[in-house]
Amino acid sequence: MESILRDIVQRYIKESGSVVSILQDTQDRFGYIPHEAISYFSNELNIPESRFFGVATFYSQFYLKPRGKNIITACCGTACHVRGVDKTVSAVKRALELRPDEDTTDDNQFTLEKVACLGFCSIAPVVLVNGEVFGKAAAEKIVRKINSIRKSEDEE
Amino acid sequence: MKNSIVIRVCMGPAGIAAGGRAVLDEFRKTLTDKKIPAEISNRCTHHQVGCMGLCARDVLVDVIIKGHKTSYEFVKPDMVRKIVDQHIIGGEPVKQWLADGHMHKFLEKQVKVVLSDCGVIDPEDIEAYISRGGYSSCEKIFGNFSPEELIHEIKLSGLRGRGGAGFPTGLKWELARKSEGNTKYIICNADEGDPGAFMDRAVIEGNPHSVIEGMITGAYATGAQKGYVYIRAEYPLAVERIKQAITQAREKNYLGKNIFGSSFNFDIEIKLGAGAFVCGEETALIASIEGQRGMPRAKPPFPVHKGLWGKPTVINNAETLANIPHIIRNGAAWFSGLGTEDSKGTKVFALTGKIKNSGLIEVPMGITLREIIHDIGGGLEPGKHLKAVQTGGPSGGCIPAEMLDIKVDYESLAKAGCIVGSGGMIVLDNDDCMVNIAKYFLNFTQSESCGKCVPCRIGTKRMLEMLERITNGLGQPGDIEKLEQLSADIKSGSLCGLGQTAPNPVLSTIKYFRDEYEAHIFDKKCPAGVCNSLLTFTIIEDRCKGCQACAKACPSKAITGEKKKPHAIDQSLCIKCGACFEVCKFRSVEKA
Repeated sequence: MESILRDIVQRYIKESGSVVSILQDTQDRFGYIPHEAISYFSNELNIPESRFFGVATFYSQFYLKPRGKNIITACCGTACHVRGVDKTVSAVKRALELRPDEDTTDDNQFTLEKVACLGFCSIAPVVLVNGEVFGKAAAEKIVRKINSIRKSEDEE
Repeated sequence: MKNSIVIRVCMGPAGIAAGGRAVLDEFRKTLTDKKIPAEISNRCTHHQVGCMGLCARDVLVDVIIKGHKTSYEFVKPDMVRKIVDQHIIGGEPVKQWLADGHMHKFLEKQVKVVLSDCGVIDPEDIEAYISRGGYSSCEKIFGNFSPEELIHEIKLSGLRGRGGAGFPTGLKWELARKSEGNTKYIICNADEGDPGAFMDRAVIEGNPHSVIEGMITGAYATGAQKGYVYIRAEYPLAVERIKQAITQAREKNYLGKNIFGSSFNFDIEIKLGAGAFVCGEETALIASIEGQRGMPRAKPPFPVHKGLWGKPTVINNAETLANIPHIIRNGAAWFSGLGTEDSKGTKVFALTGKIKNSGLIEVPMGITLREIIHDIGGGLEPGKHLKAVQTGGPSGGCIPAEMLDIKVDYESLAKAGCIVGSGGMIVLDNDDCMVNIAKYFLNFTQSESCGKCVPCRIGTKRMLEMLERITNGLGQPGDIEKLEQLSADIKSGSLCGLGQTAPNPVLSTIKYFRDEYEAHIFDKKCPAGVCNSLLTFTIIEDRCKGCQACAKACPSKAITGEKKKPHAIDQSLCIKCGACFEVCKFRSVEKA
């Protein structure tokens, strides 16, 4: 881990406005921002940890906890809202057996996240499954995809 | 003519989602097939293009033979062979798949300036852009225009910022030019955070070089040596294309040192947004590039005087910048000939929601909303009635169906309590509840408020709670007046545009749809049938097949019944979650 973090620091050591970029690179590598990474950056760059946490908690893109292996992203932009993405979200929640306040399954296989707008408004509602775009995403389509991921993982 | 046959495949966001890549691959495969006469396959080029506009009918494919264009819609890979055999080789278009009827109506009233090359050229090829006159405006300014003359030209054109506020672009450049200091910056704002808007995305994906050309021009006018493109990380394809375009421009020496044979140096760097709506605000955007929490600060000093790292900084929206090359190429008089007295030029809108031809459109300012909805948009689905059109996203408002003849320009929309905004245009029909829509936007602004100003941070929260109560059937007399009062306080007590406009969706829905609020509060009814708490769910016995799907889905075990026999809902146990309604495949659950 340390060698990865060292690389990231080296890349940005000369720039003063790099806290956001450092965190973006860290998240790219680990899928979330481990506390150890923040401690490391804080020591190396002599920037208080609080600044890293301040930035990390301000922007919705950053996660301080590990996320599921498969990411389901539901677009909750206006067009998706009026085209009924809520129904798809509740169906996905049922399929993943998530409690109302949960976003990751107990086995860490799936995370369901909501974003404001992905810019696919003309084919609303839109859901991404591991980056693959599902337009006019009726609940059954996404649930079927989830089941097929589960099945292929069981076989492995 | 060497390549007298051109095939274009739409690879805008919707085109890709509908399988555009597979269609393009299939064309490539089919055309290199041995059975195609070499003479035809040699003459034939095929390439991807950015958004063609009519996203609702993707994948769109244009086949152009000797300048004559034919458009196909809903193209799937297995249709490619027939298009090649019958049309490209045989010369006979495949009639049943043609999009021309829709395309014609869709395009008839549009005027394409910013989007003129979008959906025509390969966005990943700088030569394609150059062959359509790209970068000629830069060639023209370096050597012929002084920065002051250039600013004068932009002022004459009447161009105003397309990001929302509508500030005159020429004036902004002039202020930055006159600002003292040797180091200056220009920033392209592509942090398109409005939910329901994707204009900047389409422009950058479809024609990234036009934005770069606009930035070079702005840099020359203001004296900036360094530019930033601040773009949302949620748009991976747009990020990829602008990166690629910058690299290509550097290779041509359009960016770098002594560009266009002048003594002027200018280069561009990309900064990725990290998911904060408020970063569309200028001072918050600057804070974000500086690596801080994206919180706005008080103005003045304005960024043109004291911006990034304390230096004079111009921030222009991506669509604004994409207009610049056209103004330089065709002259200010041409541009100001489009649009109305105070709103010049065209505007790109993302037309979405309950409309047939949803997609990306560009119209002259001053066109009526009726023309957009009925002519370009093709109207609503049969049996649905237009209720309102929401413009300007979370900062905007709703225009009711009765006002369909309103002109779409900065002044007319402002008079109606709406804004042009960044260009989201969402069509709502009789199935949409206006209180729910207001709640949706408040939920958005409340969670995106940066928290600096108390009225915005706490006020939006209180408004949201009130709207939640109303939609849950717990509204009380006086709630509407309270919402209005709180709205006024939030507007006057917030520092930046987010707080100052956050109450707008509520105010405009109260203004035009007060009766819907009253129905929720006094009659405990949701006229559109959206707010579950105000509905009663019942099972229609005749239609129920007894499949037990609803009983399984019901979290409160309110549904009982034997297999293959009609089920029933115990109203005393029902928590009105709507799960039964969603799972029933036989439409036997009724809500009223």
